[in-house]
Amino acid sequence: MDFTLDKKYEMAQNLFREFAQNEVKPLAQEIDEEHRFPRETVEKMAKYGFLGIPVAKEDGGQGCDPLTYVMCVEELSKVCGTTGVIVSAHTSLCVDPIQTYGTPEQKAKYLPDLASGKKLGAFGLTEPGAGTDAQGQQTKAVLDGDEWVLNGSKCFITNGKEADVYIVIAVTGIVEKRGRKMKEISAFIVDKGTPGFTFGTKENKMGICASSTYELIFTDCRIPKDNLLGQKGKGFGIAMHTLDGGRIGIAAQALGLAEGALETTINYVKERKQFGRSIAQFQNTQFVLADLATKVEAAKLLVYKAAMKKAQYQQDHKTSYSVEAAMAKLYAAEAAMEVTTKCVQLHGGYGYIKEYDVERMMRDAKITEIYEGTSEVQRMVISANILN
Amino acid sequence: MKIVVCIKQVPDTKGGVKFNPDGTLDRGAMLTIMNPDDKAGLEAALRLKDQYGAEVTVLTMGLPKAADVLQEAIAMGADKGVLVTDRVLGGADTWATSTTLAGALRKLEYDLIITGRQAIDGDTAQVGPQIAEHLGLPVISYAQEIKLENDSIVVKRQYDDGYHMLKAKLPCLITALSELNEPRYMTPGGIFKAVETEITTLGRADLVDVDDSNIGLNGSPTKIAKASDKVKKGQGEMAPEDADPVAYIVGKLKDKHVI
Repeated sequence: MDFTLDKKYEMAQNLFREFAQNEVKPLAQEIDEEHRFPRETVEKMAKYGFLGIPVAKEDGGQGCDPLTYVMCVEELSKVCGTTGVIVSAHTSLCVDPIQTYGTPEQKAKYLPDLASGKKLGAFGLTEPGAGTDAQGQQTKAVLDGDEWVLNGSKCFITNGKEADVYIVIAVTGIVEKRGRKMKEISAFIVDKGTPGFTFGTKENKMGICASSTYELIFTDCRIPKDNLLGQKGKGFGIAMHTLDGGRIGIAAQALGLAEGALETTINYVKERKQFGRSIAQFQNTQFVLADLATKVEAAKLLVYKAAMKKAQYQQDHKTSYSVEAAMAKLYAAEAAMEVTTKCVQLHGGYGYIKEYDVERMMRDAKITEIYEGTSEVQRMVISANILN
Repeated sequence: MKIVVCIKQVPDTKGGVKFNPDGTLDRGAMLTIMNPDDKAGLEAALRLKDQYGAEVTVLTMGLPKAADVLQEAIAMGADKGVLVTDRVLGGADTWATSTTLAGALRKLEYDLIITGRQAIDGDTAQVGPQIAEHLGLPVISYAQEIKLENDSIVVKRQYDDGYHMLKAKLPCLITALSELNEPRYMTPGGIFKAVETEITTLGRADLVDVDDSNIGLNGSPTKIAKASDKVKKGQGEMAPEDADPVAYIVGKLKDKHVI
């Protein structure tokens, strides 16, 4: 096994790093403070193909692979967690399910615009009463002639008001499974601007403040019958499979946040002087940094491995990457929280001040332990697999 | 239209500069980037390609490692890469370099050649115009804006006290300034394409109409007496707080026999 990156990945990493330094970093603090969605950055990322990295060339994408995509989210998140999750939610949660489950017509209609970044994507599963518990879904879709009629709401939706295309999970009936009545769940593609589709509250969050997190509201929202994604009743599987991929994106975001905080802190401890010498010369600093760097490296290996497993799935449509994705997200998210927290500590009082990047990174890191499946859910996925 | 852009891999000044014992740069040991003026030249070529349609070939001379800069150019949108590399070409000054590149260009098809004004390592600004001279082409240096008009090129040339508008019939050579434009980034898909694109490698034997006496270190009229990295200034000396500053400095200057 060779851990050296291929030339193309090395070049891609350089590209994303340069872009992040020049275009993303200068805005990170400002958009966080203003809670402003960085539309200008999204347009630039669209221009350079960052919104269609793992999409086939014939579908209007870059024709690259999940590892390249992961590196993009990682490098963006090193300097701005918000920008990282914009790409992740768009690619993993909207583009990917259309690529995987879309009909040729749906792919032709949606993928070129999404992959080129002309349109932005989002994904709506979570409801006030249903996050991890998919059976708690209340949003309903009823077929009426040639249209599905959607009623209900979705909350905490990333890219909420800024997206153009939404994957929405809804209940389409009741079925009996092993003698028990269960909700039948299906997935749909909903376009922004469809009558009956509106936005509710904008969430005021602890971190990733520039990310547009909204409630989606459907009131007799009629969408074409053909906007059913995948088979009727297969929505739960589609959502779970989509989240497997999404978790790799969030793991990459967490990895980037940890790496970004660590890099910043390494520079800081060399400059910061106390008792006549740099704090990098104190053994406590050295040992803490050694532990953090080790965790970051371990997280990176898990995240890259999960991405490569997904690449294998894209080749054979059989390989499961669910456990790898869960492990990567669990470990990277917890590493991000620990690394950013300790980096704030190494900064002392300055780490608590908004002028210093680690303050924002610590707030941004927390969400990676929560969204797209909490750390507890990842542990459920992993343990179910190893005990099965 | 066929455009050839001459680009150079130069030391990244952020990474420190290293020298060979003979005073030439140890290019193998340094972090490298695409020379900024050349990158602007490439961007200009890619814009002409976007606007009018063109085939853009990038050409460089250097160590085999210089293929990196060609791949970067292809990842930005260039179509082909040509690397001129041979032990006998090493240590070339501007004369030997331009002779070599002209020898390679005689093998390639072009309507327009673009080079950067100058490279950040040598800062001579000689290679571009010298290539034009070898090939008998008109040259327009310091291009700020480039437009195509039928079989001619119209260039706004930067000057100290203003600018000149110049028109030249193709084929011709233009030297570009980094102020010319903001070069584009690579794209992820472009990178995947670049690593699959075969780079054409030319050696000494492939150069057309080039004499041995005009290539490599031996063919270079420039002889480097000494080269060194910037030497950091010492920390200096602070006068003790209780000293009379004028008397102190005068004393020091006398000690060193300056006065």
